[in-house]
Amino acid sequence: MASVSTNQFKSGLKFMLDGDPCSIIENELVKPGKGQAFNRVKFRNLKTGRVNERTFKSGESVESADVVEVELEYSYTDGEFWYFMDPESYEQHAADANAIEDCKQWLKEQYVYTVTQWNGTPLLVTAPNFVNLAVTDTDPGLKGDTAGTGGKPATLETGAVVRVPLFMNIGDVLRIDTRSGEYVERAKS
Amino acid sequence: MNNNWQPSADLETLKKRAQFIADVRLFFTRKGMLEVDTPILSRAAPTAPYLDSFKTHYIPLGTDQKQDYYLQTSPEFAMKQLLAAGSSSIYQIAKVFRNGERGKYHLPEFTMLEWYRIELSLDELMDEINELLASIFAITSSTRLSYQQVFKQSLNIDVFAISDSEVEQLAKQHLPNLSENIQLDRDGWLELLMSEVIEPKLAELAQAVFIFDFPASQAQLAKIKLDKQGHQVAARFELYIRGIEIANGYDELLDADELRQRFEQDNQQRRGLNKQIMPVDDNLLDAMQAGLPQCTGVALGLDRLLMIVLDKKAIDEVQSFS
Repeated sequence: MASVSTNQFKSGLKFMLDGDPCSIIENELVKPGKGQAFNRVKFRNLKTGRVNERTFKSGESVESADVVEVELEYSYTDGEFWYFMDPESYEQHAADANAIEDCKQWLKEQYVYTVTQWNGTPLLVTAPNFVNLAVTDTDPGLKGDTAGTGGKPATLETGAVVRVPLFMNIGDVLRIDTRSGEYVERAKS
Repeated sequence: MNNNWQPSADLETLKKRAQFIADVRLFFTRKGMLEVDTPILSRAAPTAPYLDSFKTHYIPLGTDQKQDYYLQTSPEFAMKQLLAAGSSSIYQIAKVFRNGERGKYHLPEFTMLEWYRIELSLDELMDEINELLASIFAITSSTRLSYQQVFKQSLNIDVFAISDSEVEQLAKQHLPNLSENIQLDRDGWLELLMSEVIEPKLAELAQAVFIFDFPASQAQLAKIKLDKQGHQVAARFELYIRGIEIANGYDELLDADELRQRFEQDNQQRRGLNKQIMPVDDNLLDAMQAGLPQCTGVALGLDRLLMIVLDKKAIDEVQSFS
């Protein structure tokens, strides 16, 4: 397995720590004037999502992690796994509940998601910044109310619930910002 | 086209930087001190095991004979030769170079304000630093703690009484996130405790902090003396502002034989670390043999001080390009 030295550390670098793949968030040089140098590293454990710190002696090496990000199309779920397909090779990749937890409510067939893979296994699935989803349930629309005062909850085809303006109806397709979980506008169909 | 050509400091900051540096010059000129300008290139280099010099070559025209030259890591050696030659108190604002050091508070090339005082004791030199900080940088409050006191306050131990293995245990106990591969000597563990446990506590203080009377093993180029309780300590201080190391001052070692010994010890340590053996500065040793007057001196990281005073997050933000 390839190794990386602390002098190659930078944010985004993936490495193995205690058997788990991790991604560096921040790398800080600690060095008194004429003293020895250390690297204080803040990192995210890509398996657990937890953020932690570790101090290395400068020049120490760690194992690099075979972590890549690929764009895959969501196909379907069997309840246990969520299947994503490489649109070019048609290869299927199965993500577990842990990996899709953050984007579960934005998963729609044939949409393309960013999948972080470690040794070929999906660790994390990230939704695109914007998705278009149809309203499956909401109170009847109020014609004429275009000021958008207050709004009302609407359930979308993926199960997500967002606040929408009062004039929206079942069947309307909405553009949603997945980072904030907020309605942006009615999608042009 | 990308934006990489843009300065790393904004122009407003560069104007303030220029004014601060002009004020520093005026401060020393008013005290009647001579500004000096010593060479950046030198045939010799410091031996300190964890200080890496940039190395370059001089090639006489028409030959291919390379002569090793080093970029200064501080102007210390040349300034001491001037002192031995009778310059009296001197100061310098110099570009200095340290290989391998790059971080939020580290640049491989940075600006050092260094000055030497024939008449002043270490305490009086700290007073003068306070005067400089107050009159130019509006830093008006500071305190002084011995190395022993600061370890007592932060870690509740007597740093001069505990054994090497107790120091290591203490570090591991206070730093649970250490890589398990770290192996250090006593000074290494102490430096780690200082950087990772004590500095964050100093950062909480509104005051600047001078720490003095370091362990004799960390004497660098300072005299070794006995403290009030009879411990051998290094007659030097470090200045911390907001938990960041800003300056390093010595009651300068005058004994050429002792300095030669320290250089040799450093090089021996370098050999053990598989690092280059550095060419000892014989001119400095000869100057000390001829007679370096009793003096104190301090090196102050000007970029870091500007970074703090101008409320910037990284040292890059006060240099035109980094």
